[in-house]
Amino acid sequence: MRIVVCIKRVPEATEALLRIDPSGKKLSEDNLTFGMNETDSYALEEALLVKERVGGSVTLVTVGPEAAEEVLRMGLAKGADEALRIAPVGVEEADPALVAQLLAAEIRPMGPELILTGCMASDDGSAQVGVYLAELLGMPHLSLVVGMEVSSTGEVTARRELEGGVLEEYRVRLPAVFTIQSGINTPRYASILGIRRAASKPLRVAAPPTGEKMLEVRQLAFPPAGKKAEILQGSPAEAAEQIASLLRSRALL
Amino acid sequence: MSRDVFVLVEHRQGVIRDITFELLAKGRQLANGYGGSLWAILIGADLEAMAESLRQVVDKAVVVEAPRLCHFHSDYYQQVLATLLQEHRPLFTLMGHTSYGWELAPCLGAALGIPLAPGCIDIWLEGELAVCKRMVYGGKIVGEYSLRPSWGYLVTFPAGTFPAAAPSAQAGLIIRQQPPQLEEIAEKVFVRLMESPAGEVDICQSQKIVAVGRGIREREHLRLAEELAKTIGAVVACSRPIVDAGWLPKDRQVGSSGKTVRPKLYLALGISGDFQHVMGMKGAETIIAINKDPNAPIFSVAHYGVVDDLFKVVPALITTVQGMQAK
Repeated sequence: MRIVVCIKRVPEATEALLRIDPSGKKLSEDNLTFGMNETDSYALEEALLVKERVGGSVTLVTVGPEAAEEVLRMGLAKGADEALRIAPVGVEEADPALVAQLLAAEIRPMGPELILTGCMASDDGSAQVGVYLAELLGMPHLSLVVGMEVSSTGEVTARRELEGGVLEEYRVRLPAVFTIQSGINTPRYASILGIRRAASKPLRVAAPPTGEKMLEVRQLAFPPAGKKAEILQGSPAEAAEQIASLLRSRALL
Repeated sequence: MSRDVFVLVEHRQGVIRDITFELLAKGRQLANGYGGSLWAILIGADLEAMAESLRQVVDKAVVVEAPRLCHFHSDYYQQVLATLLQEHRPLFTLMGHTSYGWELAPCLGAALGIPLAPGCIDIWLEGELAVCKRMVYGGKIVGEYSLRPSWGYLVTFPAGTFPAAAPSAQAGLIIRQQPPQLEEIAEKVFVRLMESPAGEVDICQSQKIVAVGRGIREREHLRLAEELAKTIGAVVACSRPIVDAGWLPKDRQVGSSGKTVRPKLYLALGISGDFQHVMGMKGAETIIAINKDPNAPIFSVAHYGVVDDLFKVVPALITTVQGMQAK
């Protein structure tokens, strides 16, 4: 089975102190660490599991700068067979509709039967690319997938996650696109051998095909100081004292 | 050019979901601001009661019924919406940045060739240019984006972005519309809805919750949270990454894809506070957050915060409370 996994290089933003680039249109990258988008790594794991069960190949595709080759190499080290980087011009990564168009142009000639990607990128949180891509390729899709079984006849039974812990089950015929939610599996670590092998696996770079821009960054800013918690000051012990007396005064102890 | 605003009604098992009324509140503001009417688009089967409950908040409610539409299915919904949008050309079409919106909005936008502004907190026009505002990088940055000029725009908003619309005295018009010829989608068949099984602890019933997030770092550190919970008489809950890692069962997860809780006390340890998590706990009476990142979004929903290492504060808190209890 020919499997394509679309992945994205994203900054680790949860714990980093973010700074905005002087252009005002992107983050300053000096103090950031980057890695594979979390849900994409679950998508890759799912692809590797399918490949192990039914055979085939896994091709990684990303739209990103040269530095994004690092996450492609990581994916190759985990067991993907080949990788393609679509080199963007400017800040196209910020436009999910355009990213989907670039991906579609490169993926269509590959003739994949199964396309997997993360359900949402942790940086822009737009959750659009996979479903947009499916429409452009004329394939059915299922988003937010938390469980899937691929049969040998090319049919997939998959469950998507709704709000409130409810699931929806669908039967989908391949070729199709699935956007994967975190928690569907346990992503593997790359082995030393895998890392060594990755260096010699094919990694191709494609110039970006043309596409139609839908969304353009005007500026990034820090959220205005709105409603804010009252910060309890002092040492950890002093903060603990204050929490304890708060709890007591509210009859919570 | 139409200035009307469409709102797609999100419903499940005969009940309109809260997000719909939040979207209608924003839709009303946009429609009034730009001189258009507010339309609710209700797609499904057996819609009578739901249509009635929408009348008080909209100018027009379009009701499209067909057996094939009895359950949400993005392809059938797309066929109906594409027809409606091409016919009426509304300026804005609003949907939830929810499991239904994620499944439907991108393919509808791609099919119609119109821009989609996903996960917004606001949208407006500057002349004929549409501009939207969205929270990015886990809620730590707000981004402003311009959209390609178009006759119409799809916009999705996360749940909880706006207060729900209040009913007005005037009742809107109900318009029953025949669906287009719905082609059968054999390559994607809805099978069933599955409710998650109940767990041993119902965190919704607890008055006090100690919740842990990514900041707890290691499975072994859960013991610290459990000890604190035991000391103050709380149960342990968590944010999504803890369930994904398999450290706690799904029924302990607070957030839009987990449980919604309203305890007297919510003590958040190492939780950054993205909007999905906040949706599940913002109704708590007293929220105290401990996180070493001063810019963590959790501090804009918490009432009290400690910006410090939870591994220093929590043991101190356990000792302090135990000291009080001993007296």
